Amino acid sequence: MIELKEVSKWYGDVQVLNNCTTSIQKGEVVVVCGPSGSGKSTLIKTINALEPFQKGQIFVDGQAVHDPKTDLPKLRSRVGMVFQNFELFPHLSVTENLTLAQVKVLGRKPDEAKTHGLKYLDRVGLMAHKDKFPGQLSGGQQQRVAIARALSMDPIAMLFDEPTSALDPEMVGEVLDCMMGLATDGMTMMVVTHEMGFAKKVGSRVIFMDVGGRILEDCSKEEFFSHPENRQPRTKEFLNKILQH
Amino acid sequence: MFGLDLSFVNWDIISRFVIKGFIFSVQLTVVATLGGIIFGTLLALMRLSGKAILTVPATIYVNGMRSVPLVMVILWFFLLVPASFYSLIPGGSNYRAEISAVITFVAFEAAYFSEIMRAGIQSISRGQVNAGRALGMTYAQNMRLIILPQAFRNMVPILLTQTIILFQDTSLVYAIGAYDLLKGFTTAGKLYGRTEEAYLLAAVVYFVICFGLSFMVKRLNSRIAIIR
Repeated sequence: MIELKEVSKWYGDVQVLNNCTTSIQKGEVVVVCGPSGSGKSTLIKTINALEPFQKGQIFVDGQAVHDPKTDLPKLRSRVGMVFQNFELFPHLSVTENLTLAQVKVLGRKPDEAKTHGLKYLDRVGLMAHKDKFPGQLSGGQQQRVAIARALSMDPIAMLFDEPTSALDPEMVGEVLDCMMGLATDGMTMMVVTHEMGFAKKVGSRVIFMDVGGRILEDCSKEEFFSHPENRQPRTKEFLNKILQH
Repeated sequence: MFGLDLSFVNWDIISRFVIKGFIFSVQLTVVATLGGIIFGTLLALMRLSGKAILTVPATIYVNGMRSVPLVMVILWFFLLVPASFYSLIPGGSNYRAEISAVITFVAFEAAYFSEIMRAGIQSISRGQVNAGRALGMTYAQNMRLIILPQAFRNMVPILLTQTIILFQDTSLVYAIGAYDLLKGFTTAGKLYGRTEEAYLLAAVVYFVICFGLSFMVKRLNSRIAIIR
Protein backbone atom coordinates (compact mmCIF):
# COMPACT_ATOMS: atom_id res chain seq x y z
CA MET A 1 0.00 0.00 0.00
CA ILE A 2 2.85 2.40 0.86
CA GLU A 3 6.22 1.95 -0.77
CA LEU A 4 9.40 3.95 -0.25
CA LYS A 5 12.31 3.38 -2.62
CA GLU A 6 15.74 4.81 -1.87
CA VAL A 7 14.40 8.06 -0.46
CA SER A 8 17.03 10.69 0.36
CA LYS A 9 16.61 14.21 1.60
CA TRP A 10 18.98 17.05 2.39
CA TYR A 11 18.60 20.33 4.24
CA GLY A 12 21.32 22.26 2.44
CA ASP A 13 24.43 20.13 2.99
CA VAL A 14 22.99 18.10 5.83
CA GLN A 15 21.54 14.76 4.84
CA VAL A 16 18.45 13.95 6.91
CA LEU A 17 17.25 10.86 5.03
CA ASN A 18 19.70 8.40 3.56
CA ASN A 19 18.47 5.87 1.03
CA CYS A 20 15.39 4.81 2.97
CA THR A 21 13.60 1.83 1.50
CA THR A 22 10.65 0.10 3.09
CA SER A 23 7.04 -0.77 2.44
CA ILE A 24 3.84 -1.09 4.38
CA GLN A 25 1.22 -3.65 3.43
CA LYS A 26 -2.49 -3.17 3.93
CA GLY A 27 -3.44 -3.75 7.55
CA GLU A 28 0.12 -3.60 8.84
CA VAL A 29 1.09 -1.54 11.88
CA VAL A 30 4.65 -0.36 11.42
CA VAL A 31 6.39 1.26 14.36
CA VAL A 32 9.28 3.60 13.62
CA CYS A 33 11.70 4.31 16.46
CA GLY A 34 15.15 5.74 16.89
CA PRO A 35 17.03 8.54 18.64
CA SER A 36 16.05 12.15 18.08
CA GLY A 37 17.56 13.59 14.95
CA SER A 38 17.36 10.26 13.15
CA GLY A 39 14.76 11.53 10.69
CA LYS A 40 11.78 9.49 11.87
CA SER A 41 9.36 12.41 11.70
CA THR A 42 10.81 13.59 8.43
CA LEU A 43 10.44 10.13 6.94
CA ILE A 44 6.79 9.80 7.91
CA LYS A 45 6.06 13.30 6.56
CA THR A 46 7.52 12.47 3.17
CA ILE A 47 4.77 9.88 2.72
CA ASN A 48 2.03 12.52 2.49
CA ALA A 49 4.42 15.03 0.93
CA LEU A 50 4.44 17.43 3.84
CA GLU A 51 8.21 17.16 3.52
CA PRO A 52 9.64 17.20 0.02
CA PHE A 53 12.54 14.88 -0.80
CA GLN A 54 15.23 15.19 -3.44
CA LYS A 55 15.90 11.58 -4.39
CA GLY A 56 13.94 8.37 -4.54
CA GLN A 57 10.35 7.33 -5.04
CA ILE A 58 7.30 6.97 -2.83
CA PHE A 59 4.07 5.30 -3.88
CA VAL A 60 0.87 5.54 -1.88
CA ASP A 61 -1.83 3.19 -3.12
CA GLY A 62 -0.10 3.21 -6.50
CA GLN A 63 0.12 6.99 -6.71
CA ALA A 64 3.57 8.51 -7.12
CA VAL A 65 4.23 11.12 -4.42
CA HIS A 66 7.46 12.22 -6.14
CA ASP A 67 5.68 12.92 -9.43
CA PRO A 68 5.11 16.68 -9.81
CA LYS A 69 1.91 15.89 -11.73
CA THR A 70 0.31 14.14 -8.75
CA ASP A 71 -2.55 16.02 -7.10
CA LEU A 72 -0.96 16.19 -3.65
CA PRO A 73 -3.91 17.74 -1.77
CA LYS A 74 -6.08 14.91 -3.05
CA LEU A 75 -3.51 12.30 -2.08
CA ARG A 76 -3.17 13.83 1.41
CA SER A 77 -6.93 13.75 1.88
CA ARG A 78 -6.74 9.96 1.65
CA VAL A 79 -3.98 9.57 4.24
CA GLY A 80 -4.76 10.52 7.83
CA MET A 81 -2.12 12.17 9.97
CA VAL A 82 -1.87 12.73 13.71
CA PHE A 83 0.73 15.17 15.01
CA GLN A 84 2.82 15.40 18.15
CA ASN A 85 1.17 18.69 19.15
CA PHE A 86 -2.37 17.65 18.13
CA GLU A 87 -2.80 20.68 15.85
CA LEU A 88 -6.54 20.96 16.24
CA PHE A 89 -7.77 24.24 14.84
CA PRO A 90 -8.13 26.43 17.96
CA HIS A 91 -10.62 28.85 16.38
CA LEU A 92 -13.10 26.06 15.55
CA SER A 93 -15.25 23.91 17.82
CA VAL A 94 -14.60 20.19 18.12
CA THR A 95 -17.45 19.44 15.70
CA GLU A 96 -16.18 22.03 13.20
CA ASN A 97 -12.71 20.51 13.45
CA LEU A 98 -14.24 17.17 12.49
CA THR A 99 -16.36 18.44 9.61
CA LEU A 100 -14.34 21.25 7.97
CA ALA A 101 -12.18 19.15 5.67
CA GLN A 102 -14.98 16.65 4.98
CA VAL A 103 -17.08 19.49 3.59
CA LYS A 104 -14.38 21.60 1.94
CA VAL A 105 -12.14 18.83 0.62
CA LEU A 106 -14.39 15.82 0.11
CA GLY A 107 -17.46 17.87 -0.76
CA ARG A 108 -19.73 16.13 1.72
CA LYS A 109 -22.92 17.85 2.81
CA PRO A 110 -22.60 19.55 6.24
CA ASP A 111 -25.25 17.27 7.83
CA GLU A 112 -23.65 14.15 6.47
CA ALA A 113 -20.20 15.33 7.56
CA LYS A 114 -21.48 16.05 11.05
CA THR A 115 -23.12 12.64 11.49
CA HIS A 116 -20.00 10.97 10.15
CA GLY A 117 -17.60 13.02 12.27
CA LEU A 118 -19.60 12.55 15.46
CA LYS A 119 -19.59 8.81 14.89
CA TYR A 120 -15.81 8.86 15.23
CA LEU A 121 -15.94 11.33 18.11
CA ASP A 122 -18.19 8.84 19.89
CA ARG A 123 -15.75 6.09 19.09
CA VAL A 124 -12.89 7.94 20.81
CA GLY A 125 -15.27 8.50 23.72
CA LEU A 126 -15.62 12.26 23.56
CA MET A 127 -19.20 12.82 22.39
CA ALA A 128 -19.88 14.94 25.48
CA HIS A 129 -17.30 17.50 24.27
CA LYS A 130 -18.61 18.03 20.76
CA ASP A 131 -19.42 21.71 21.23
CA LYS A 132 -16.28 22.66 23.14
CA PHE A 133 -13.22 24.35 21.74
CA PRO A 134 -9.87 22.52 21.60
CA GLY A 135 -8.40 24.78 24.29
CA GLN A 136 -11.01 23.53 26.74
CA LEU A 137 -9.84 19.92 26.44
CA SER A 138 -6.90 18.13 28.04
CA GLY A 139 -3.97 17.07 25.90
CA GLY A 140 -5.12 13.49 25.75
CA GLN A 141 -8.64 14.52 24.77
CA GLN A 142 -7.28 16.85 22.09
CA GLN A 143 -5.20 14.06 20.63
CA ARG A 144 -8.22 11.75 20.54
CA VAL A 145 -10.22 14.44 18.73
CA ALA A 146 -7.30 14.75 16.30
CA ILE A 147 -7.51 11.00 15.67
CA ALA A 148 -11.27 11.26 15.11
CA ARG A 149 -10.69 14.20 12.75
CA ALA A 150 -8.28 12.15 10.66
CA LEU A 151 -10.63 9.11 10.67
CA SER A 152 -13.58 11.25 9.55
CA MET A 153 -11.87 11.54 6.18
CA ASP A 154 -12.05 7.73 5.77
CA PRO A 155 -8.32 7.41 5.16
CA ILE A 156 -6.73 4.36 3.54
CA ALA A 157 -3.86 4.60 6.05
CA MET A 158 -2.95 6.58 9.15
CA LEU A 159 0.36 8.23 9.97
CA PHE A 160 1.18 9.02 13.60
CA ASP A 161 4.06 11.39 14.33
CA GLU A 162 5.01 10.88 18.00
CA PRO A 163 1.36 11.05 19.06
CA THR A 164 2.06 10.68 22.79
CA SER A 165 5.32 12.62 23.17
CA ALA A 166 3.67 15.90 24.14
CA LEU A 167 1.29 14.33 26.63
CA ASP A 168 1.38 14.18 30.41
CA PRO A 169 2.15 10.59 31.46
CA GLU A 170 -1.35 9.90 32.77
CA MET A 171 -2.85 10.75 29.39
CA VAL A 172 -0.62 8.53 27.28
CA GLY A 173 -2.75 5.47 28.01
CA GLU A 174 -6.04 6.82 26.68
CA VAL A 175 -4.42 7.79 23.36
CA LEU A 176 -2.60 4.47 23.03
CA ASP A 177 -5.84 2.58 23.78
CA CYS A 178 -7.49 4.51 21.02
CA MET A 179 -4.69 3.63 18.60
CA MET A 180 -4.69 -0.01 19.61
CA GLY A 181 -8.40 -0.17 18.89
CA LEU A 182 -7.69 1.13 15.42
CA ALA A 183 -4.90 -1.37 14.89
CA THR A 184 -7.10 -4.30 15.92
CA ASP A 185 -9.73 -3.09 13.47
CA GLY A 186 -7.22 -3.57 10.69
CA MET A 187 -6.22 0.03 9.95
CA THR A 188 -2.95 0.40 8.07
CA MET A 189 -0.73 2.45 10.35
CA MET A 190 2.74 3.91 10.48
CA VAL A 191 3.60 5.14 13.95
CA VAL A 192 6.65 7.09 15.03
CA THR A 193 6.86 6.41 18.76
CA HIS A 194 9.05 5.30 21.63
CA GLU A 195 6.17 3.40 23.24
CA MET A 196 7.66 -0.07 22.96
CA GLY A 197 4.65 -1.51 24.78
CA PHE A 198 2.48 -0.39 21.88
CA ALA A 199 4.92 -1.90 19.40
CA LYS A 200 4.92 -5.22 21.27
CA LYS A 201 1.15 -5.38 21.60
CA VAL A 202 -0.14 -4.39 18.18
CA GLY A 203 2.91 -3.76 15.99
CA SER A 204 3.51 -5.91 12.92
CA ARG A 205 6.95 -4.56 12.09
CA VAL A 206 9.53 -2.32 13.66
CA ILE A 207 11.81 0.09 11.82
CA PHE A 208 14.80 1.48 13.68
CA MET A 209 16.46 4.61 12.33
CA ASP A 210 19.80 6.08 13.34
CA VAL A 211 21.27 9.57 13.17
CA GLY A 212 21.86 10.57 9.58
CA GLY A 213 18.49 9.28 8.46
CA ARG A 214 19.39 5.65 7.79
CA ILE A 215 17.09 2.70 8.33
CA LEU A 216 19.14 0.34 10.46
CA GLU A 217 16.55 -2.31 11.19
CA ASP A 218 13.35 -3.28 9.41
CA CYS A 219 11.95 -6.54 10.66
CA SER A 220 8.95 -8.22 12.23
CA LYS A 221 8.06 -7.34 15.80
CA GLU A 222 8.85 -10.88 16.96
CA GLU A 223 12.29 -10.80 15.40
CA PHE A 224 12.98 -7.28 16.74
CA PHE A 225 12.15 -7.98 20.36
CA SER A 226 12.85 -11.72 20.71
CA HIS A 227 16.26 -11.92 19.08
CA PRO A 228 18.35 -9.06 20.43
CA GLU A 229 21.48 -10.99 19.40
CA ASN A 230 20.63 -10.32 15.75
CA ARG A 231 20.32 -6.56 16.26
CA GLN A 232 22.93 -3.98 15.28
CA PRO A 233 25.05 -2.57 18.11
CA ARG A 234 23.35 0.86 17.78
CA THR A 235 19.92 -0.73 18.12
CA LYS A 236 20.90 -2.69 21.18
CA GLU A 237 22.34 0.42 22.78
CA PHE A 238 19.14 2.35 22.06
CA LEU A 239 16.82 -0.39 23.29
CA ASN A 240 18.86 -0.84 26.47
CA LYS A 241 18.49 2.85 27.17
CA ILE A 242 14.77 3.16 26.64
CA LEU A 243 13.76 -0.21 28.11
CA GLN A 244 15.81 0.28 31.27
CA HIS A 245 13.12 2.14 33.16
CA MET B 1 -10.04 82.28 31.66
CA PHE B 2 -7.40 82.72 28.88
CA GLY B 3 -9.97 84.96 27.22
CA LEU B 4 -11.76 81.97 25.71
CA ASP B 5 -15.42 82.32 24.97
CA LEU B 6 -17.30 79.16 24.17
CA SER B 7 -20.69 80.80 24.22
CA PHE B 8 -20.89 80.76 20.40
CA VAL B 9 -21.29 76.99 20.45
CA ASN B 10 -24.85 75.83 20.04
CA TRP B 11 -26.76 72.98 18.38
CA ASP B 12 -27.18 75.01 15.23
CA ILE B 13 -23.42 75.25 14.71
CA ILE B 14 -22.91 71.61 15.49
CA SER B 15 -25.59 70.43 13.10
CA ARG B 16 -24.59 72.87 10.33
CA PHE B 17 -20.82 72.43 10.37
CA VAL B 18 -19.58 69.71 12.66
CA ILE B 19 -21.87 66.75 11.92
CA LYS B 20 -21.14 66.83 8.22
CA GLY B 21 -17.39 66.77 8.85
CA PHE B 22 -17.73 64.10 11.51
CA ILE B 23 -19.64 61.85 9.11
CA PHE B 24 -16.94 62.19 6.48
CA SER B 25 -14.16 61.50 8.99
CA VAL B 26 -15.92 58.33 10.12
CA GLN B 27 -16.65 57.26 6.54
CA LEU B 28 -13.04 57.83 5.59
CA THR B 29 -11.85 55.83 8.60
CA VAL B 30 -14.21 52.93 7.93
CA VAL B 31 -13.50 52.71 4.19
CA ALA B 32 -9.75 53.11 4.67
CA THR B 33 -9.74 50.42 7.38
CA LEU B 34 -11.73 47.90 5.35
CA GLY B 35 -9.90 48.69 2.11
CA GLY B 36 -6.58 48.77 3.94
CA ILE B 37 -7.20 45.35 5.49
CA ILE B 38 -8.30 43.81 2.17
CA PHE B 39 -5.44 45.22 0.10
CA GLY B 40 -3.05 44.89 3.03
CA THR B 41 -3.83 41.17 3.32
CA LEU B 42 -3.24 40.76 -0.42
CA LEU B 43 0.09 42.59 -0.11
CA ALA B 44 1.02 40.41 2.87
CA LEU B 45 0.18 37.24 0.92
CA MET B 46 2.26 38.52 -2.00
CA ARG B 47 5.22 39.17 0.29
CA LEU B 48 4.94 35.72 1.87
CA SER B 49 4.43 33.89 -1.43
CA GLY B 50 8.15 33.28 -1.91
CA LYS B 51 7.82 34.15 -5.61
CA ALA B 52 10.03 37.09 -6.60
CA ILE B 53 7.52 38.33 -9.16
CA LEU B 54 5.08 38.95 -6.27
CA THR B 55 7.36 39.68 -3.31
CA VAL B 56 9.50 42.34 -5.01
CA PRO B 57 6.71 44.72 -6.11
CA ALA B 58 4.83 44.26 -2.83
CA THR B 59 7.96 44.93 -0.77
CA ILE B 60 8.81 48.05 -2.78
CA TYR B 61 5.26 49.33 -2.45
CA VAL B 62 5.00 48.73 1.30
CA ASN B 63 8.43 50.13 2.16
CA GLY B 64 7.91 53.06 -0.18
CA MET B 65 4.58 54.02 1.34
CA ARG B 66 5.88 53.63 4.86
CA SER B 67 8.83 55.92 4.15
CA VAL B 68 6.79 58.91 3.00
CA PRO B 69 4.73 61.27 5.19
CA LEU B 70 1.01 60.70 4.69
CA VAL B 71 0.30 64.37 4.09
CA MET B 72 2.64 64.33 1.09
CA VAL B 73 0.90 61.30 -0.41
CA ILE B 74 -2.43 63.08 0.05
CA LEU B 75 -1.12 66.19 -1.70
CA TRP B 76 0.57 64.35 -4.56
CA PHE B 77 -2.44 62.27 -5.37
CA PHE B 78 -4.71 65.30 -5.28
CA LEU B 79 -2.40 67.41 -7.43
CA LEU B 80 -1.25 64.78 -9.91
CA VAL B 81 -4.50 63.02 -10.76
CA PRO B 82 -6.26 64.91 -13.56
CA ALA B 83 -9.76 66.31 -13.07
CA SER B 84 -11.06 64.02 -15.79
CA PHE B 85 -10.49 61.08 -13.43
CA TYR B 86 -13.10 62.38 -11.01
CA SER B 87 -15.69 62.87 -13.72
CA LEU B 88 -15.61 59.09 -14.23
CA ILE B 89 -17.38 58.79 -10.88
CA PRO B 90 -21.02 59.97 -10.90
CA GLY B 91 -21.13 63.35 -9.12
CA GLY B 92 -17.41 63.01 -8.52
CA SER B 93 -16.41 66.45 -9.77
CA ASN B 94 -18.03 68.11 -6.74
CA TYR B 95 -16.15 65.90 -4.28
CA ARG B 96 -12.65 65.90 -5.72
CA ALA B 97 -10.90 66.36 -2.38
CA GLU B 98 -13.04 63.75 -0.62
CA ILE B 99 -12.67 61.07 -3.32
CA SER B 100 -8.97 61.76 -3.56
CA ALA B 101 -8.68 61.42 0.23
CA VAL B 102 -10.48 58.05 0.29
CA ILE B 103 -8.29 56.55 -2.43
CA THR B 104 -5.10 57.90 -0.88
CA PHE B 105 -5.97 56.59 2.56
CA VAL B 106 -6.83 53.10 1.31
CA ALA B 107 -3.57 52.95 -0.64
CA PHE B 108 -1.52 54.31 2.24
CA GLU B 109 -3.11 52.27 5.02
CA ALA B 110 -2.82 49.07 2.96
CA ALA B 111 0.95 49.33 3.47
CA TYR B 112 0.59 49.52 7.26
CA PHE B 113 -2.13 46.88 7.50
CA SER B 114 -0.07 44.55 5.31
CA GLU B 115 2.74 44.61 7.87
CA ILE B 116 0.25 43.81 10.63
CA MET B 117 -1.29 40.94 8.63
CA ARG B 118 2.15 39.64 7.68
CA ALA B 119 3.10 39.41 11.34
CA GLY B 120 -0.26 37.78 12.04
CA ILE B 121 0.17 35.13 9.36
CA GLN B 122 3.70 34.41 10.54
CA SER B 123 2.43 34.00 14.09
CA ILE B 124 0.55 30.84 13.04
CA SER B 125 2.70 27.79 13.65
CA ARG B 126 4.05 25.52 10.96
CA GLY B 127 2.13 22.71 12.66
CA GLN B 128 -1.22 24.36 11.94
CA VAL B 129 -0.25 24.81 8.30
CA ASN B 130 0.75 21.14 8.10
CA ALA B 131 -2.47 20.02 9.79
CA GLY B 132 -4.53 21.80 7.15
CA ARG B 133 -2.41 20.41 4.34
CA ALA B 134 -2.52 16.90 5.79
CA LEU B 135 -6.32 17.03 5.61
CA GLY B 136 -6.07 17.64 1.87
CA MET B 137 -6.67 21.37 1.81
CA THR B 138 -5.18 23.38 -1.01
CA TYR B 139 -2.95 26.38 -0.30
CA ALA B 140 -5.88 28.74 -0.83
CA GLN B 141 -8.27 26.75 1.38
CA ASN B 142 -5.67 26.50 4.11
CA MET B 143 -5.06 30.27 4.00
CA ARG B 144 -8.74 31.15 3.96
CA LEU B 145 -10.07 28.63 6.49
CA ILE B 146 -7.21 27.98 8.89
CA ILE B 147 -4.47 30.59 8.77
CA LEU B 148 -6.13 33.93 8.03
CA PRO B 149 -8.99 33.54 10.56
CA GLN B 150 -6.44 32.83 13.29
CA ALA B 151 -4.01 35.49 12.10
CA PHE B 152 -6.83 38.02 11.97
CA ARG B 153 -7.97 37.17 15.50
CA ASN B 154 -4.44 37.43 16.85
CA MET B 155 -4.09 40.83 15.22
CA VAL B 156 -7.44 42.41 16.15
CA PRO B 157 -6.02 44.55 18.97
CA ILE B 158 -3.27 45.93 16.75
CA LEU B 159 -5.66 46.38 13.81
CA LEU B 160 -8.01 48.42 16.02
CA THR B 161 -5.15 50.49 17.41
CA GLN B 162 -4.06 51.23 13.86
CA THR B 163 -7.65 52.25 13.08
CA ILE B 164 -7.60 54.76 15.95
CA ILE B 165 -4.37 56.24 14.60
CA LEU B 166 -6.03 56.30 11.19
CA PHE B 167 -8.96 58.25 12.58
CA GLN B 168 -6.58 60.86 13.94
CA ASP B 169 -4.70 60.96 10.65
CA THR B 170 -7.87 61.72 8.69
CA SER B 171 -7.45 65.32 9.94
CA LEU B 172 -4.54 65.59 7.47
CA VAL B 173 -7.01 65.97 4.63
CA TYR B 174 -7.06 69.66 5.60
CA ALA B 175 -4.13 69.88 3.18
CA ILE B 176 -6.43 69.41 0.21
CA GLY B 177 -9.47 71.09 1.72
CA ALA B 178 -11.67 68.03 2.15
CA TYR B 179 -14.51 68.63 4.58
CA ASP B 180 -13.78 66.50 7.65
CA LEU B 181 -14.39 66.88 11.37
CA LEU B 182 -11.53 69.34 11.86
CA LYS B 183 -12.66 71.39 8.88
CA GLY B 184 -16.16 71.54 10.40
CA PHE B 185 -14.78 73.17 13.53
CA THR B 186 -12.42 75.44 11.59
CA THR B 187 -15.23 76.69 9.37
CA ALA B 188 -17.50 77.40 12.33
CA GLY B 189 -14.66 79.09 14.21
CA LYS B 190 -13.82 81.35 11.29
CA LEU B 191 -17.43 82.26 10.72
CA TYR B 192 -17.86 83.40 14.33
CA GLY B 193 -14.35 84.77 14.74
CA ARG B 194 -13.57 82.14 17.39
CA THR B 195 -10.73 80.16 15.81
CA GLU B 196 -8.88 79.25 19.03
CA GLU B 197 -12.01 78.01 20.74
CA ALA B 198 -12.95 75.94 17.69
CA TYR B 199 -9.53 74.25 17.57
CA LEU B 200 -9.70 73.57 21.28
CA LEU B 201 -13.12 71.97 20.92
CA ALA B 202 -11.88 69.91 17.97
CA ALA B 203 -9.02 68.62 20.12
CA VAL B 204 -11.44 67.67 22.89
CA VAL B 205 -13.70 65.79 20.47
CA TYR B 206 -10.77 63.88 18.91
CA PHE B 207 -9.46 63.07 22.38
CA VAL B 208 -12.78 61.78 23.69
CA ILE B 209 -13.39 59.60 20.62
CA CYS B 210 -9.90 58.12 20.48
CA PHE B 211 -9.59 57.62 24.23
CA GLY B 212 -13.00 55.95 24.33
CA LEU B 213 -12.06 53.64 21.45
CA SER B 214 -8.73 52.71 23.05
CA PHE B 215 -10.59 51.80 26.21
CA MET B 216 -13.00 49.63 24.23
CA VAL B 217 -10.13 47.89 22.42
CA LYS B 218 -8.64 46.96 25.78
CA ARG B 219 -11.89 45.43 26.96
CA LEU B 220 -12.58 43.68 23.66
CA ASN B 221 -9.07 42.30 23.66
CA SER B 222 -9.69 40.21 26.74
CA ARG B 223 -12.97 38.89 25.37
CA ILE B 224 -12.04 37.74 21.87
CA ALA B 225 -8.76 35.98 22.61
CA ILE B 226 -8.84 32.37 21.37
CA ILE B 227 -8.97 29.92 24.24
CA ARG B 228 -5.70 28.01 24.23
